[in-house]
Amino acid sequence: MPLETPLVCAGTDGGSRIVTAADHAALALGISPGLKLAQAQARVPGLVIVPADPPADEAALDRLALWVLRRYSPLVGRDPPDGLLIDITGAAHRLGGEDGLCTDLCTRLRQAGITGQTAIADSIGAAHACARFAARTIADLPIAALRLDPDLVIKLRRLGFNTVADLDATPRAPLARRFGPSPGLRLDQLLGRSPEPMQPIAPAEIIRIRHDFAEPIGTPDALAHATHALTEAICAALEPAGLGARRLDLVFHRVDASLAAIRIGTARPIREAGRLAKLLLDRLPQLDPGFGVEAMTLAAPLAEPLAWRQANSLRQDRGHDVSALIDTLANRLGPTRLYRATPVESDIPERSVRRIPALAPATGATWPGYPRPTRLLARPEPVDTIALLPDQPPVQFTWRGKARRISRADGPERVFGEWWCDAAETSAVRDYFVVEDGGGARFWLFRSGDGEDATTGNLRWYLHGFFG
Amino acid sequence: MRARIARIQQAGRPTHAVLPFGVPALDLHLPQGGLALGAVHQVTDTPQSAAAPLFIGGILARLEGSVLWCARGRDLFAPALAGVGLHPDRVIYAEPDDDPGVLLCLEEGLRQPGLAAVVGEVARLPMTASRRLQLAAEASGVPAFILRRWRLAADAAEFAQPSAAVTSWRIAAAPSAPLPVQGIGRARWRVELVRSRGGATAVWEMEACDAEGRLALSTDLADRSVAAPAERAA
Repeated sequence: MPLETPLVCAGTDGGSRIVTAADHAALALGISPGLKLAQAQARVPGLVIVPADPPADEAALDRLALWVLRRYSPLVGRDPPDGLLIDITGAAHRLGGEDGLCTDLCTRLRQAGITGQTAIADSIGAAHACARFAARTIADLPIAALRLDPDLVIKLRRLGFNTVADLDATPRAPLARRFGPSPGLRLDQLLGRSPEPMQPIAPAEIIRIRHDFAEPIGTPDALAHATHALTEAICAALEPAGLGARRLDLVFHRVDASLAAIRIGTARPIREAGRLAKLLLDRLPQLDPGFGVEAMTLAAPLAEPLAWRQANSLRQDRGHDVSALIDTLANRLGPTRLYRATPVESDIPERSVRRIPALAPATGATWPGYPRPTRLLARPEPVDTIALLPDQPPVQFTWRGKARRISRADGPERVFGEWWCDAAETSAVRDYFVVEDGGGARFWLFRSGDGEDATTGNLRWYLHGFFG
Repeated sequence: MRARIARIQQAGRPTHAVLPFGVPALDLHLPQGGLALGAVHQVTDTPQSAAAPLFIGGILARLEGSVLWCARGRDLFAPALAGVGLHPDRVIYAEPDDDPGVLLCLEEGLRQPGLAAVVGEVARLPMTASRRLQLAAEASGVPAFILRRWRLAADAAEFAQPSAAVTSWRIAAAPSAPLPVQGIGRARWRVELVRSRGGATAVWEMEACDAEGRLALSTDLADRSVAAPAERAA
């Protein structure tokens, strides 16, 4: 079915069949949810109709929630009928901050064919509203964003309340007497004045252990002790299934009903309580226990079969296992900031290095032994030079206001553009020279263009790196 | 007498292996006959010279096992390290946010088993941090190399501040030997041992690391009997 064909879901509302959801093409044709199905069919002749299936929608939302839980954050809640709440406190740094997390989430949803709207806010109410309604400020949000009963929204609108600011400016007591407590409560939750505990999902397929304490605990020693007990319990629970943890979520239930979580990841499945506890304890100082923690939950959202290794007492195999160190550092810095470099078959210097995970199997590959600078400038910097065309090295160059006479030079090393990467590079050429100034400092200069044909480059000179 | 003092100082501490440079002039000058493993070594560059990473890379190339390279900037170009014999499979890069983060990563790398060496690029090295690193390195026998990078003159002055590093080196570029034909020969460094615990400072003119990480004394100096032109007590 082509994407442009308008499609709607049909459900029943009382006695009549109505549109419950519409895709982009249908929305563009003016068919919005709530419209009578007969009217919609009359407006758009070729309308494709599928029956609405709310249980299936819910199941799909649960599947999505599980994926979000595994990938992004230990605390994920459902926001029915079509939303997910993600507590990203302490989870965003792994994906390059809040923006990075949003971009990553949206990109992945789009690749899966899901149109999503994301918003990051300090309260659940504000995030819910900003993801669904466009407004310049919170005060400008329509009252429909307040998660109120639809009938109540209509009644409030009739009385002239259109925005959150209108409602907030009204005395609370008469409002509560006429409409009950919900408008005031929702308003406070939106503005962050009253707390709103989140109900995180707890899928049955995830192994989890919960410890409730007789008294709230809060001292680092007590938390550490409880963490040790939990990791031992979860390792015992993972053992019958033959699994090792790749990810562990330690959730702290504070006495004020708020939650905090620590997530750790490991490069390989692990079922050693000591090592897992060490990784969790490494993150513990960043946790604020608030007024006390009354329960702790440890879950393993990602567990993989544990590969057994033959113990060999004859071979002294100590030393070269760095996975414990890698796990510690990856949890501290985020997995993208711990890597190995590996060659890419490309002559363009900035493309010749690729990052691979620190524990990826050894590739054995290395770069061909051409001279390459120790420090490479992220972006080549233009320099003024005195040089003979077409292929003489420069005699002198000026970089950042300092002129340097060149006493020795080697080159050119010609690098051609890669037309398969970018059409603009089809005829581009760089001529690289290694040059040494009077003091012995060595630089990597290149001329854009082959010195004869203007289509190969603009004949300007650039500094690209420093040699040792 | 010196040996006795050294024995008293070493009491209770594990003794560690030594990695010789393979250059007699250097090795004879260092108190233990080479670079002590299980110690902190400081190396610095001069501006617009990038010899220090290669100097360290050449030492690492002659060790076995993985090394951890912590740096805040991303301008280190991995093929250059491969060029002095440090295979890319052996180098794990870490990118902390700031200098204290780099030092913490180094300490973690020294305390957990499995690495051959750790390298950290920092602008400043406080005395406390260097002392912690030195203790961790002594305990594990893994050497730590601190690559001091500086852009401002104030940071350069900082290099002279005391630290717990066992040796401090300054690597500067020197004019290379002219070739009979056009082109550029093996790079030359002015390797300065600025500080050495229990030893004297010295300066050598050296040929840069080759593809296996080995240094060599400059050819026009190699025949001379006194290798160190300037020498004073530490």
